Amino acid sequence: MHKTWWKILGSVLVIYTAIAGLLLGVPRLPILNETIRNLYFHVPMWFAMIVLFSISVFYSVRSLSTKSEIDDMKAVESVNAGIVFGLLGLVTGAIWAKFTWGQFWSFDPKQNFAAISILLYFAYLILRNAIDEEQKRAKISAIYNIFAFPMMVVLLFVLPRLKDSLHPGNGGNPGFNSYDLDSRMRMVFYPACLGWILVGYWVYTIRFRIRTIENKQQQN
Amino acid sequence: MQLAKEVKYLIHKEVLLEWRSKYTINGVLLYVVSTIFTCYLSFVSLGDKLTWNALFWIIMLFASINGVSKSFLQETKGQQLYSYVLASPAAVLISKTVYNILLMLVLTTIALGFYTLVFDSFTPPDLWLYYVAVVLGSISFSTVFTMVSAIASKAGNGGMLMAILSFPIIIPVLILLIKLAKNAVDGLPWENSYDEIAMLLVVNVLMVATSLLLFPYLWRD
Repeated sequence: MHKTWWKILGSVLVIYTAIAGLLLGVPRLPILNETIRNLYFHVPMWFAMIVLFSISVFYSVRSLSTKSEIDDMKAVESVNAGIVFGLLGLVTGAIWAKFTWGQFWSFDPKQNFAAISILLYFAYLILRNAIDEEQKRAKISAIYNIFAFPMMVVLLFVLPRLKDSLHPGNGGNPGFNSYDLDSRMRMVFYPACLGWILVGYWVYTIRFRIRTIENKQQQN
Repeated sequence: MQLAKEVKYLIHKEVLLEWRSKYTINGVLLYVVSTIFTCYLSFVSLGDKLTWNALFWIIMLFASINGVSKSFLQETKGQQLYSYVLASPAAVLISKTVYNILLMLVLTTIALGFYTLVFDSFTPPDLWLYYVAVVLGSISFSTVFTMVSAIASKAGNGGMLMAILSFPIIIPVLILLIKLAKNAVDGLPWENSYDEIAMLLVVNVLMVATSLLLFPYLWRD
């Protein structure tokens, strides 16, 4: 039980936010209307992605000093899980943009930069495929991962603020804080973030365990 | 200072080697000139000043990838081992970066001159600000591409890997550069560009700091 409580908490929170996010009341606003509920499903994806990529950088730093294969595997599996959340974030954002901005992809800086930061991690995976020798692969890909992480932070958090963006919370547009006067949305939004981060971490641990078993089978 | 001495010596070595063969500088120069000429022949005239600006930076991007990636990819295993034994990794990285900045400064200045000569329908009203953007561009291209070319050369899979690895990292820098250059093209006062200049400097410091931290691990085989 002491090992599974967070998995149960994560799934309960995600189920709660899926139901409450679709059923509970939200502020009625022009243009946004009911699409404001996307906040509960779109934003947590990015939180989960950032957490997973941070875990990956942590293990990359560790694998440089310990040179252990396990740290390297943890780094790559958290990137694998993080990319899925990044893609889901892009897709949920694009669907929302279709109904509020009129197009799936309207070349908004926030969309473009998010797409580029996903490209960074695809480049990381391709770099891994390019090197055959395992220890060399661990070392070089860890270095690239650490080198790319500050750039991802700049891409996602700094650059969109310098440009005009339609995205809520950017370019003078109000974020959800200003709509959520009676804190009804916070009751769903914060649990959603925590829930998806926990589920993301769970996905990563499962992927890591699968990879470990596969490695053992190959060695036998 | 041991480090400063090593850096000075290594830069001297790089410049001397380049001066003897004049391969990189002439090669990339010819590359830039023929690219500009090809663009001129295919566009004939650029009606729009935004296109003028964007085309210049795209040409600069590809020229600098070709120029800077030489720094590590060109060296043989023996040469790398030799400098590994002689100098500290920080000295190797700093000297390569400084040398690349010098190379890129010469290159971009000539390229900008030739570009304004060929596409003479338009010249930026604030040429000094445009030149500041070009200088910052040379510095940022050098700092990013030097480290990425080191990674690509250690991965042992030259050209394609270099492009894949460096594009996502350079795109944010390139966007800032194009924005800064656009301010110069539009003739805005300098106060409007301080944000971009400061941001570019911060990104460069960040890149150099992470490179210096990581390079020793990469350098040791």
